[in-house]
Formats: sequence, C-alpha cells, structure tokens
Amino acid sequence: MVEMPSIDQEKCNQCQLCISVCKCGAIVLVNDVVSIVETEECHWCTACEAVCPTGALSCGFEIIIE
Amino acid sequence: MVIDSNLLNDIPFLRELNSSEREAVKPLFFDKALRRGEMAFLEGEPADTLYVLITGVVKIFKTSANGKEQIISISTPHEVLNDTSIFDGGPNPVSAQAMSSITLYGIKKDKLELMLKQYPKITLSIIKILSERTRRLLALIEDLSFKHVIGRVGKILLEHTGDNSGKQRLTQQEMAAIAGTAREVVARSLKTLEERGVVKIDRHRILITDKQALEEMILESA
Repeated sequence: MVEMPSIDQEKCNQCQLCISVCKCGAIVLVNDVVSIVETEECHWCTACEAVCPTGALSCGFEIIIE
Repeated sequence: MVIDSNLLNDIPFLRELNSSEREAVKPLFFDKALRRGEMAFLEGEPADTLYVLITGVVKIFKTSANGKEQIISISTPHEVLNDTSIFDGGPNPVSAQAMSSITLYGIKKDKLELMLKQYPKITLSIIKILSERTRRLLALIEDLSFKHVIGRVGKILLEHTGDNSGKQRLTQQEMAAIAGTAREVVARSLKTLEERGVVKIDRHRILITDKQALEEMILESA
C-alpha cells in the first residue's frame, strides 16, 4: 500500500483544481467524483493541498525523530 | 476561443458593472491559453497587459540572484495577477508560471485606462483588490522576521513527533495555522531546515535527523 494524500469528500466542491496541478495522475475523476488513486509516482509535492480552496485535500506529514 | 460573458462576470473588478456595461467592455479583452509550465510573465520585464486568471492555477514567485525560487502565492481562478506593474508602470516584480493548463483574460494597459475613465466605479473595485493585497503583504512582512518563524516551525516539529505508525500527521497548512504564518512560509522553513541538515524530508515523513541542532535553533530564535 502506498501512502497517498487524502480527500475529505464532504469538504470537496469538485472544482478539480487539484487534478489540474497533479503531475503524477494520482487525482482523477471516478464517476464524476474527485478521487485519489495509489501511485508510487506521487512525490508528496503538496501542490494539490496548496490549491484546494476548501481545505478538502490533505498531504499530512508524519514527524519522526531519527 | 472567444471571451465568454459568463466568465467575464467572475472578474472581481467587473462585478460592479451591469450586464450591458460588461458587454460593452467585452471587446477590450482577449484570451490567452497556456500549458503547464509555461510562463505568463517574467520578473523584471515591462508589463503592458493586465492579466486575470480565468481557469487553472498559477504560481507567483520571485527568483533570487542565486536562482532560488520563492513562492509568493498560488493564484486560483478570478485573481488579478499583475496589477502592481500595470498601475505603477514599473517592471513585473514577480514571475507567473502555469501549474496546470490555464486560461487568462488580458486587457492592454491603454484599453484598461480607457475603461477606467469610462466606468470610474471599476476604479473603486481595483483599489479594494490592491488594498487586500497590501494587507496580505504586510502580514508577510511580519513573517519575514523569518528567524522567528523557523524557530516556531521547529518547535511544532518537536511537539508533534509520531511513533512511525502513521497515525499522527500534520499538513503544512496545519503547521502554518499553528505557527500563525502562511503556508508558503512553512514550506520555506522546512526547506531551510533540510538544507541545514536538521531534518530530512522523505515523501510524507519529516525525519528529525539532528534533534540537538533543532533545539538550539529554537532557542536562538526565541
């Protein structure tokens, strides 16, 4: 399982700006609903979170002391 | 492509116009489509056209002498991109790059001035846009006591460490809210912490590689 950004469908207004900025094709429309698909190509650039006008997309970081 | 009246309605400074007035100014505008990665305009170049983003996402940034990019903001539809240089006549203070396929509506400076003379109420709307921008920039100036912010971000990292189970997560947006700063400033702080070898960003993980150095940085910035 690949960790992926998450989307809160209750907050999502389906504007699709996230789809337009995603370089790896991780965000797609499934039955007209913005959805995330797992892909190793996602490098956590967080552009989707940055452009989301409703705060529906989250690219959370886990902070670990090495 | 032609100018779409419905999309024109979404331009903030045209909202004060009634529909017939908007139709009258419609021929003054032209559209421009760009693909991801293409530049809408470049820092330092003269500006002769006011651009409004209609669809897509644009990155507004400055480039330092050593080529470092500093994102000023991410623009989403209906934002005016380059009012500063249009109204003060100086060169573009920032560059703008398409982060997706975008559509811009542009109006040449001479036609804009014509429009403002004919419909002075647009001027008030533009003053409002410029004032909002000034307010945002003043908040940014506050954050540019950067030393202070980087310490706050470092403290947040130490206070939110997880156990590698993936249960405890923090987004840059959340870090910004906690630190009382802009998301862009958090992104820059994290990058700086990584450059200084204090943390390592590994996809969705932020590894604190030198806890002691991080603690010292927090103390120094207090």
